[in-house]
Amino acid sequence: MSGAHAAHSHAGHDHGHDHSHGHELPFWRKYIFSVDHKVIGVQYTITSLLFLLFGFALMWVMRFQLAYPGQPIPLIGKMLGASLVDSTGVLIGNGYNAFGAMHGTIMVFLGIVPLAVGGFGNYVLPLQIGAPDMAFPRLNMMSYWVYLPGGLIMLASFFTRDGAAQSGWTSYPPLSVVNIGGQTWWLIGMVFLITSSLLGSVNFIVTTVQLRVKGLSFFRLPFFVWAQLVTSFLLLLAFPPLEAAAVMQLMDRVAGTSFFMPGGLIITDVVQNQYSGGGSPVLWQHLFWFLAHPEVYVLILPGMGIIAEVIANNTRKPLWGYKALVYSAIFLGFMSFIVWAHHMFMTGMGTTLSTFFQFTTMVISVPSIIILTCFIISLWGASIRYTVPMLFALSFLPMFAIGGLTGLPLGLTASDIHLHDTYYVIGHFHYVVAPGTIFAMFAGIYYWFPKVTGRTMSSLLGKIHWFFSFIFINGVFMPMFFQGMAGILRRQYDQSYQLHGASAQGLSLMASWSAWCLGLAQIPFIINFFYSAFAGKKVGNNPWEATTLEWSAPSPPPHGNFATVPVAQCGPYEYSVPGRKTDFLPQNPALEA
Amino acid sequence: MGGSSAADMQHHLKIYYRVFGALAVLTVITVVVAQVGFHQEWSIATAVAIALLVASIKGTLVACYFMHLITEKAALFWILALCALFFVVLLAVPVLTDHESMGRAANVAVPPVRLHDAAAHKGH
Amino acid sequence: MSDTAIIPHDVEPHPLTGMYNGKFGLWLFLASEVMLFGALFSSYVLLRTGAPEGTWPRGEEILNWKLAMLNTMFLITSSVTMVMAWAELKMNRLGKAKQMLAITFALAGAFMVVKYFEYSDKLHHYQVELVAPMMHDGHEVMRITGHNVVNKEGEDVTIEPDAHGGDANAKHAPITIERSNVKRVTTFGPAHSTFLAVYFTLTGLHGLHIVGGMVVIGYLIFAADRIWKWNHEKLINRVECTGLYWHFVDLVWIFLFPVLYLL
Repeated sequence: MSGAHAAHSHAGHDHGHDHSHGHELPFWRKYIFSVDHKVIGVQYTITSLLFLLFGFALMWVMRFQLAYPGQPIPLIGKMLGASLVDSTGVLIGNGYNAFGAMHGTIMVFLGIVPLAVGGFGNYVLPLQIGAPDMAFPRLNMMSYWVYLPGGLIMLASFFTRDGAAQSGWTSYPPLSVVNIGGQTWWLIGMVFLITSSLLGSVNFIVTTVQLRVKGLSFFRLPFFVWAQLVTSFLLLLAFPPLEAAAVMQLMDRVAGTSFFMPGGLIITDVVQNQYSGGGSPVLWQHLFWFLAHPEVYVLILPGMGIIAEVIANNTRKPLWGYKALVYSAIFLGFMSFIVWAHHMFMTGMGTTLSTFFQFTTMVISVPSIIILTCFIISLWGASIRYTVPMLFALSFLPMFAIGGLTGLPLGLTASDIHLHDTYYVIGHFHYVVAPGTIFAMFAGIYYWFPKVTGRTMSSLLGKIHWFFSFIFINGVFMPMFFQGMAGILRRQYDQSYQLHGASAQGLSLMASWSAWCLGLAQIPFIINFFYSAFAGKKVGNNPWEATTLEWSAPSPPPHGNFATVPVAQCGPYEYSVPGRKTDFLPQNPALEA
Repeated sequence: MGGSSAADMQHHLKIYYRVFGALAVLTVITVVVAQVGFHQEWSIATAVAIALLVASIKGTLVACYFMHLITEKAALFWILALCALFFVVLLAVPVLTDHESMGRAANVAVPPVRLHDAAAHKGH
Repeated sequence: MSDTAIIPHDVEPHPLTGMYNGKFGLWLFLASEVMLFGALFSSYVLLRTGAPEGTWPRGEEILNWKLAMLNTMFLITSSVTMVMAWAELKMNRLGKAKQMLAITFALAGAFMVVKYFEYSDKLHHYQVELVAPMMHDGHEVMRITGHNVVNKEGEDVTIEPDAHGGDANAKHAPITIERSNVKRVTTFGPAHSTFLAVYFTLTGLHGLHIVGGMVVIGYLIFAADRIWKWNHEKLINRVECTGLYWHFVDLVWIFLFPVLYLL
């Protein structure tokens, strides 16, 4: 982001017409339509953090309705539109559904994936492989500028007359086909987001394979890079079926087709779409989950990559089982394509198909366990530095374990009969994504902040942020397992309608208050983030005494990243090498001085 | 990828013309076989299998010669072949194993009937 | 346009993959396109096997396979001219290469023109489904197809029915069907049946890909001189990558043609 450049000739770029030899680009090309992966990474990070906050805010409102059903929403109740609240400011059913559908969509597609892949991947990956930028810098810029409109289209749907999409982030037909206009905006927004994702994933794969510096063989890559590589393959191959399905649903909504509308369907006394030779709602589910299952591995893998870096750095020893980690990540990626129908056990698929998917689902838990185990064993005999990134990384481990283990009863068809569509499922996946991935994201932000800005974040504020986040995030999601086992169903805007789960409904109060306190717990982070960016303590290249290549570039790195092209002399986690003066051996020999 | 000699390229051109010829012939075969199959009343499964077989041959020719797959590293060819196989298997599994659902019974056409007065029914 | 850093393997191939960045990137993109069209093809298969008896027509009954065969020849030829454009550049013959690109563009255009006629015919051709059979042309029929339909709410429907056998251009006089006997009036557009829905979606998406390719090929023809002057290798590579994309689009059609029109 600074104007300094490594000396380079002009033969390799531009279309041969004059461009300014002064190397000073105008503001809009340096910071807005920049092709520098670092600027784009920061753009993705800030945008996605804002979307995450917005998605979180939707949940605060929903949790109010769950804790105090039928009460007007305080402060903002009367300000929300007629599609969301009634005249007294009470959240209505459709409004709850709109918030729920958009919360899921925004968190997954506008928040976590752009942050994990677009933010961290874009910024760190080229640095960690010693590259001057991504393989296709202009394509990179386009990815961001397709993501942003897609996200804005999604948000804009809230301001239409009938409001935003209301059919769950899963958009199951027939409801999604006959539902209000917001759903069409959702589908169009998804097409933008999928396009952005595809462009990005091509870039990441080509960059990782082709732009590694000399000495950086595949098995010397930091695990973060492996995680991003596998993630990119998942995004590349899994998203297109959803794009196809979105087009088909758009056709159903707009062109009168019935891909997903079954014959003989009756809605409020009127028979729908009976002539078109019979569509299949289950077809949508197959296409949707064919993406959405690999998508959840997209959500967790970059996080695991970050945790790997932070743990290695703060234990001052190599990661245990590096090869196991890599093979597990690859196997996980492959398996993720053949488990999708475990989201569909209750659709009447038939026992052969269900058994197949139950089997693959059980198998896929193995690489996840191996990865977690390697991380845990890495702590054995370590000299742990309890830095803020490490606190998040350490707490990630049991949280991800809970999330993963609670997935097992869902993957077994027999127990899934009772747990499907209950709060148990919500508890399970939030444990993996919220105290799982989001904590990993925080770890990454605290860890790489000095590299991006040249300043450190306040450790005290960081510890306060961590402590209260950890407590309250468990307060939100732990009760949900019990609610689910008691039978409380998900996507119900007034749980008091259900008699059978009455005993567990008190837990909703605990979850709601924890959610609001969790929101407050982010304030130290927000203050820390912005204050430190301008007034934090300045640091040099390598404040964490880390080994990987990004730490041999200046903080922040200039355009082109490295003054001289680095080489890699060893593996990524050479900590505590016997006989050395310092307790780490950097990959780039230029850093040893 | 430096420039190749003119002789090299002439050789390439000859191959392109031959592949074009093969593709044209195969297209005609596709149509002829479809007509024959219909008149001979082959089962739909046979018709599909043969049509896809011919299409796959044409596709392989385009991929190998026009897309230069035959000159790329062998690994690329086998990765693609494996993916294609994987895809076919993935497609075949639900079609061959799923007899119960896929909406057979559910898709019976229903005559347009108004069940009762819509006004008497509060929506939502 | 932009001040990018020097990217390794922009032009020289990487030892592991044997390809320069652009080519590798394009093959990856094609992999995702395979998944896109594959998803649509598999939806077609699932919808067809799940469709009740008699609701899924044979392609030939509704679609014009002769036009489609012509289109197939257009695309296959354009594939040849595309790869020949690359070969001409490798032989240092810029002029011939541009000619080849232009022919490719023209053939693609011809494809789209035929498509336009196909679609337009479908959207102006109507079908009236009846509640009870009526006599027409000496047979009892449950549906009447034809042109120039007048279909106003509440009034009877008039249609100029198609001729059956004999002179296809023979105009039948318009007939009137009582509103009470009309179950549904529809064009042969996507809403007609799931088969046509699949047809329009698959060929529509494919058509969009053709148009996209035409835009790139058009740009290359326009900018060829400039790029060639700056760096020969760059133009050769861009033409090669565009060619890869174009052959893929041809490949999709090679599968689309028999599946939709002949089966």
